[in-house]
Amino acid sequence: MTPGARRAVNVVMSWLAASAAGLVVLPLLLIFAFLLWQGASAVNLDFFVQLPKPVGETGGGMANAIVGTLILVALAAGLGLPLGILGGLYLAESRDPRLPWLARFLADVLNGVPSIVIGIFAYTLIVLPMRRFSALAGGFALAVIMLPIVVRTSEEMVRLVPASLREAALALGIPEWKMLLRVVLPTARAGIITGAMVAIARVAGETAPLLFTAFGNRFWHQGLDQPIAALPLQVFAYAISPYDDWHRQAWAGALALIGLVFVVSLAARAVTSGRFTGVR
Amino acid sequence: MADGILVKNLNAWFGEHHVLHNVGIAMAPKAVTALIGPSGCGKSTFIRCLNRMHEVVPGARVAGSVRVEGQNVYTPGVDPVQVRRKIGMVFQKPNPFPTMSIFDNVVVGLRLAGIRERAVLHEAAERALRQAALWDEVKDALGKSGVSLSGGQQQRLCIARALAVEPEVLLMDEPCSALDPIATARIEELILELRSTLTIVIVTHNMQQAARVSEATGFFLLGELVEFGVTRQLFTNPHDKRTEDYITGRFG
Repeated sequence: MTPGARRAVNVVMSWLAASAAGLVVLPLLLIFAFLLWQGASAVNLDFFVQLPKPVGETGGGMANAIVGTLILVALAAGLGLPLGILGGLYLAESRDPRLPWLARFLADVLNGVPSIVIGIFAYTLIVLPMRRFSALAGGFALAVIMLPIVVRTSEEMVRLVPASLREAALALGIPEWKMLLRVVLPTARAGIITGAMVAIARVAGETAPLLFTAFGNRFWHQGLDQPIAALPLQVFAYAISPYDDWHRQAWAGALALIGLVFVVSLAARAVTSGRFTGVR
Repeated sequence: MADGILVKNLNAWFGEHHVLHNVGIAMAPKAVTALIGPSGCGKSTFIRCLNRMHEVVPGARVAGSVRVEGQNVYTPGVDPVQVRRKIGMVFQKPNPFPTMSIFDNVVVGLRLAGIRERAVLHEAAERALRQAALWDEVKDALGKSGVSLSGGQQQRLCIARALAVEPEVLLMDEPCSALDPIATARIEELILELRSTLTIVIVTHNMQQAARVSEATGFFLLGELVEFGVTRQLFTNPHDKRTEDYITGRFG
């Protein structure tokens, strides 16, 4: 191949690769633009601080749903993250030949279970015995959805920690459990946090598992054993309503949801770009 | 009380693979013992048996006795964690903890053993870093990341980390094989300085290095200790034909 032809091929291929990368982010940009276009008009201070107005009145906001989503996500994270991270640590560290294999396989299956099925699961396990929809049930359902994501990313990140660091720690006379908590986990921290953020972003927008667990609520948070509002639920309810004002608010709610996920991701980046990070 | 290291009938396996055969050796206290031999001859496995690091590898097994300063580290009931606290180890590739500062790297052994007082940790860090001949280069940058140092500095940091817990023995598994000649020379100087306070066992591929730093040398081949003796003697007048072949470069 002549140098000229080689250069031409290089240019073409570079452009092909670049446009492929562009196509990947294009849907996100389009969604963002569309949400801004449709929802920006309904975003005002009231939207963030007011409760929904009764049917027929215009105005009001989704403050309760924003708070509700934060509470639900916090519940899910509080339950799912420690369990998932420790589970991932176990899968990566265990020398047992069978149990980790089974757990890994089941985690992958769980990852593929439709979220509405997980909602039904939480419904039978928590809502039915309590005889009440509740924030707890919603948080539990979201935690179950988070688990496989957190477990598998944590496992992969812990695996990336070089064996030489474990040996260095053990050779210093550090017991294995301290080695794991003080050397291995911190080294894998950045990657584990990224995985946790992906999981949080995923569940923050889940609607189906909340339909018959958190149920939704038109008022402020009334306790963890009570039904609770959530952004995706409110968006769903408003979007299928016949009122124009509610439609606009649904768009704004969707925008707020994306903004929330965006902020969480940025915060995670800020945390992980802190001082000495290990594997990423 | 200073007995050095006395090894008897040491056998080691990786799964079914028998890698050390009846090794017996008596290493003098407060002296440097070098172990040489071709790759795969078992010398690294041997020193990893001394601080019970061999058994960390899945499927690995050990039989025999290793007495360090009079105590058999393989007596049932002996905690490998306690053994490793007394026997420091430096590895082939420098492996400072990437999430820790230089200071934290040095004191991590003490800190995780429960020592919290800042003054004590500071004193220990300075002492260890001085012993490792790194203090002057890092004293103004103790808060910087341990992996920001050069390869040779990282290796000295690892030596400081091992020394900070005041071990009686220091095992060095090819500590210079990832370093350039200047960094190597510094580590060798360090070994010569440290030998008055510690029992040192060094595995090396570099026969000149063994000749430069050690009082006694052992030659390993195919999992057996072929010859062990005074370094000068072993290099100038080996008893065994195989040793002679190896040090004259006829094989390996």
